[in-house]
This record gives sequence, C-alpha cells and structure tokens, in this order.
Amino acid sequence: MAVGSVPLRYRITIDRDRCMECGRCVENCPYGTFRWEGDRIVVDSRNCTACHRCIAMCPRDAISLAEYPCDYRSHPLWTRDAREAIYNQARSGKIILAGMGNVQPLPPIFDSLLLDACQVTNPSIDPLREPMELRTYIGKKPSKLEFSRTPDGDVDLRTELTPNLMLETPIMIGHMSYGAISLNAQLALAKGAHGAGTFLGTGEGGMHPAIFPYQDNMIVQVASGRFGVDVDYLNRGAAIEIKIGQGAKPGIGGHLPGEKVCADVSCTRMIPMGSDAISPAPHHDIYSIEDLAQLVRSLKEATEWKKPVFVKIAAVHNVAAIAAGIARSSADAVVVDGFRGGTGAAPKVFRDHVGIPIEAAISAVDQKLRNQGVRNEISVVASGGIRNAADVTKAIALGADAVYIGTAALVAMGCRVCGNCYRGLCPWGIATQRPDLVARLDPEKEGEHVANLIHAWTMEVSELMGAAGINAIESLRGNRDRLRGYLLDEGMLKVLDVKPVGA
Amino acid sequence: MVLRIDATGLHYTPLNRQVRAAVRDGETEIVIDNVLGQRFIADGLCGEVRITVNGVPGGDLGMFMRGPTVIVNGNADHAPGNTMDGGTIIIHGSAGDAVAHSMRGGRVFVRDDIGYRGGIHMKEYEEKRPCLVVGGSARSYLGEYMAGGIVLLLRLGDTGPFVERGIASGIHGGEVYIRGEVDPGCLAIGAKVLPLDEERRARIRPLIEEFCRYFGEDPAPLIAADYTRIGPASARPFAGKYVWE
Ligand code: SF4
Ligand code: SF4
Repeated sequence: MAVGSVPLRYRITIDRDRCMECGRCVENCPYGTFRWEGDRIVVDSRNCTACHRCIAMCPRDAISLAEYPCDYRSHPLWTRDAREAIYNQARSGKIILAGMGNVQPLPPIFDSLLLDACQVTNPSIDPLREPMELRTYIGKKPSKLEFSRTPDGDVDLRTELTPNLMLETPIMIGHMSYGAISLNAQLALAKGAHGAGTFLGTGEGGMHPAIFPYQDNMIVQVASGRFGVDVDYLNRGAAIEIKIGQGAKPGIGGHLPGEKVCADVSCTRMIPMGSDAISPAPHHDIYSIEDLAQLVRSLKEATEWKKPVFVKIAAVHNVAAIAAGIARSSADAVVVDGFRGGTGAAPKVFRDHVGIPIEAAISAVDQKLRNQGVRNEISVVASGGIRNAADVTKAIALGADAVYIGTAALVAMGCRVCGNCYRGLCPWGIATQRPDLVARLDPEKEGEHVANLIHAWTMEVSELMGAAGINAIESLRGNRDRLRGYLLDEGMLKVLDVKPVGA
Repeated sequence: MVLRIDATGLHYTPLNRQVRAAVRDGETEIVIDNVLGQRFIADGLCGEVRITVNGVPGGDLGMFMRGPTVIVNGNADHAPGNTMDGGTIIIHGSAGDAVAHSMRGGRVFVRDDIGYRGGIHMKEYEEKRPCLVVGGSARSYLGEYMAGGIVLLLRLGDTGPFVERGIASGIHGGEVYIRGEVDPGCLAIGAKVLPLDEERRARIRPLIEEFCRYFGEDPAPLIAADYTRIGPASARPFAGKYVWE
C-alpha cells in the first residue's frame, strides 16, 4: 500500500526495574497494548489511546506514557493531524468518526473573560457568614405578580405560575444516553445529581428501570428517533427535553450502531436487539418554529401541563433568532450547546468545524431575548465545554440561568478524555456496554465523586459571587458588568457585550 | 352510556381535560361533536375507550396514545398516530403529512389518501408491531427511516404504477406493501423490492379484512391483488460509512 502505516501516537514504556509482573496492565487495557509473551510483558504502543487506565492501575508506577514525537517534515499548514486524516481517508474512503469534544487549538473565550472582585466600596460578602442564594428555578417566570385580598385579610397570589424545576445549584448534568454510556455510568450520574439536589438528562435512549428510583431528578429526552418514548416515560421525568441539535455535531442526527444495541439497550430504546438506532437529523414532524411549538404543546398536553419542556439546540450562527423563536413556542427553557460539547461519536469534521463557542452564543441569545422583552418567558441553559466553577460563573454572567456539564461529570468518574468513546471499549466502564468493563465502575463511589464535584463548584461559585459583592444567583445572571475582556477583539467584545479590561 | 361532548368553540386543553376526566370516571364510549381543528385529541390518553370524533381534528390526533379506539368521521390534519403506543385510529376520510410518525404500536386506518412522509420512522419492539393501512394513495417519502411495523397502501381506484418519490429511504426494519406496480426509480437509498411469498400475503390479509370491515369494501379482490413488497436492503444501512479517527 502506497500510504503505509503512520507513526505511533503515544509511546508506552515499562520501567523493568520497578515492574513486579503482576499483569494488571494486561488485564486493564481493552485495546491490547500489553500482552504476555512467555513470562514477560510486551508492549504494543500502537494500540494505546492514552486512556491512562494502565497507569492508574499499576501498583508500582512502572508505566510511562509520552506523546510520540512526530517525525514528519514540520509544516504550519500540513500538520500531522491533517496529513494522517488524509492517509486514513485515502485508505478507507469513509467518514472519520471521533469521540468527545472539539480538538481544534482555539483559545476558549472563557479564559479571556476576567471576573470582578470588590475592594473598598461595595464590600465583598463573606459566604461563610452571609446567606448566599444559589437556588435556581428553571422555567417560565411571570412578568409581574398579581395579588388579591381574601375577605379575612389574607393575600392570595392570583397569577398562575407555570411548573419550574427547582435546583439547589445552577449546575445540572447534560444528556448522556444509556447506550452511549453504560448503565453503571448513568446510575452514578443519577446518584450524583440526586446527592447534589440537581437534575440530569436521560439522553435519547429511554429510561432503564434501574434509574426509576431517581426519576424525580431526571429530564427525559425526546429526540427525532423517539427511542424509548411512551407516555409512562414522559410522565416519569421531572421535565422533558426536545433535542433538536447537539454542540458536538450540529445539524446531524444520532446513530447508535447495532452492535451496541444489546438486550438491555434494546429494551430501554424499545427497538429489536442488534438493529441500528437511527435518529435522523430533523424531527419529521418539525419543519418550522410552528411545528416545534406543536411538539412542545403535544408533550405538555400528554403530561397535563405539569412538566417544563426544554428545547436543546446547538450553538450555531443564527442561534439568537432561533432561541427567540423557541421562546415563543411555549417551551420553558432553551438549552444552547456550544461547539466544545462532547459526544460518544461524531464525524470528526463536524466535531471540529461546525458550530460556535458557547460564550458568544449565550450572550447573543440573552441579549436578543432581552431586547425582545421575552427573557423572562424562558430559561436559558448553557452547555458544551464547562470545565470549572469559573466557567459556570462566567456563563451565568453572560446570561445563562444554569449550565449543563457533561465531560466534567465523566472526568469525575474517571474519564481521561481519550476521545475513543465511539469504539465501545472505554476502559473506565463509562462509554461501553461490555459487561467486564462496565463492572469496573462502581455507581455508589462514582456517584459520590460526581456529587462532590458539583458541591465543590457550587461553593466556588458562591465564593466568586461573594467576592463580587453579589449574594443571589439572580443578580449574577446576565450581569456583564462583573466581566471584563482581556485580549479579545472589539468585535468579540461587542458580541459578548462586555467591556475591555481597564474600562 | 355514551358521553357526548360538544366541541364548538372549545380550546384543545379543556376538551382533552373533559375526555381524560371521563375516561378516569370509567366512561367507555365518548362522542365528540363539532370538532373543528382541535389538536392533540386523545394525546397521551390511556385506557379502553371508544372515542368518535365528528368533524375534522387538528394535528397529532392520538399522539402517545395507548389503548383507545378513535374513529374520525371526517378528514384529519397531520400526524395522526404520532409516536402512538397502542390502540386504533380509524379515519373516514383523508389525513395530512407524517401519518403514524414514529408509531410504536397499534393501528391506523385511513380510508382515503395521506400526505407526505406516511409511516415515517415507525418502529417495533417485541409484541408491539404497529401498522398503517391507507385505502387511497400516499405522497413521497412513504416509510422513510422505517425501523419496524407494516405500511400497507391499497391504492383503491388507481391501477397505474406508484410513482411517488423517495419510498422508504433509510429503511432499516419493517415492510411497506403497495398494491400494484411501483416505479423502481422511486425507491430510495436503503430500500429494496423483496419477494411476496404466501407467508407475507397471510400477514397482510387480516389488515385488508379489517380495513374492509371499517369502510364497507369487498375484501376479496384486495386479498387476491398483487402487491409490491419493499423492505430494507440491509438492517445496517450506515454500517461501512465510518472509519475510526
Ligand atoms: S501493572 Fe505495572 S507492575 Fe503490573 S505488570 Fe504492568 S507495568 Fe508491571
Ligand atoms: S468516556 Fe472512556 S472512552 Fe470516552 S474519553 Fe472518557 S475514558 Fe475515553
């Protein structure tokens, strides 16, 4: 073959002086990087995905992993990645599939936004001593409240309130389906969300009976494939989310390959075992905002108007106008998923090149909704690449009510962001259905880790708020005066509606 | 006892509330008169009840429904039977686009024609095998993305070949039966004409008989007629499209 093989990506070395030949690396690597040859362990670095499972499990710290230096002729345009993608496609003639989020080296805008802190005037607030209000309600809010007096002098609320979700923190966990992730992983996330007083999404894979005890913390998803959707499923969820788009792959549908549709997955998706689960790009009953409104209302009718309905879209060029349309569709929340969102599998070309950053999208959506006077009619949830409490705080200051985390929650359970989820061999028991790998993840323990992460970030958000002299999340929302842009161009500052540092 | 509801000037939510309350109270026979475009009738409704709709219901009739029988004396708007779970919808007239969209169980019978994307994304699971039977004709994209169930198109009064485009694109389960010839150029990617053996004929026979019972047709010529059977070229239409990073 003219193309031949490409150089290794990573190199694994075993320090033979330290190794005690216990064989844990052999057992732990599902990609076959290690094998016994007689009584000696040999390494095939070509199989390594940098998942770090072997390193984490080696009792002697004997394994080291390094990116293998690239020996192509250096070139600023024809990078190793660009060349190797071509070799791959010249050989296969196929679409390249990739996992997790965007790998383009674009600077995150979050890192160029700096938060404020009080000094002498407007003293900062000490969250240890002062109450900080982080409780967040997702759903429609009335533009004004009307009261009346009862004959015995009491005050009655006359305004009819629509159902809202009550979160103890502005952090939720986004939708990751059973199928894309293992049942143990979903169970751990559910336990984590429950422990932290927040919610998580089912993804489009239906709901497994093991999750039923956590149904009050679940947001059930309705995607174009309508997998696992029936009236019981809709009634189980605390809220319903219609998935129109996803940050990692805007404009394309979902596809769970038949080999991942095992007996259990087949039962939650309600499709035969081994058949491909295809969610086409569009919902075939939605071709306009009016059609979307129809689906929102049909879900509300089916559940007797007791559940908030979210609509999730990918952050794309015209996102603000789309969100404004959604705000008029009876939806209670719009979820905007930025281009750094992760996924189990996406065509690489989509993952890396389609969509826009969440920072710009959220700000544009918030501004548009405010300008049109409908901001209170809908909550805004930001997702896609939220890495820490500072990102959460900045997303809220740019106009989000709450955020969804995805990859961060997986990292809390062990994920090393190796990007190989689409192969179904996740060594951490997350993005896999192979029983021996799934069993590696202890839902109890990992659920605690997820809850810990959310607790820790929530405390950090409240510290950041306190430093900025803010004691309620409501006062942080859309409060761009608490942000300044550093090394951002004028155009970006305008989109974000943020002043430059020093101003 | 038959419960009669007058839908004149009634918004769909109070109408559906009345229907739900009646079913909760154990009503088994409901007649809704003067229906004029009210959407979502019987949306998410569960139970053994027979609902007669006099007039023209709006979109998403019987969406997510499980159990009831809904008889429409008139035409229906788009997507009757959308994501329906079980029960029967019988329409004495025509229906709009996306009839039986993502239907998971139960049966939909339409006496006359349907619009575009009929039976789109229908799916099956275990004993749930939905079917859509249409007496007249259908427009393009019939059975698109079908993952299970049966679509049967009787084309009463039409003897020429069926020439609507995009039949069963992306089909990966289930079957489409169309009476008479089908222009092969109308079959979309993923769809294939399959042989019609006796076992398959036996499979559609009860559907033909049921259709004829509802609409007063003679089943004999329809049972004896020729059908083109269309199914997936492969259960994995997208296998082989992707390569690893
Ligand atoms: S896990 Fe570590 S100590 Fe055990 S065989 Fe592998 S390299 Fe050696
Ligand atoms: S979920 Fe597993 S396969 Fe996916 S990136 Fe994380 S460690 Fe790798």
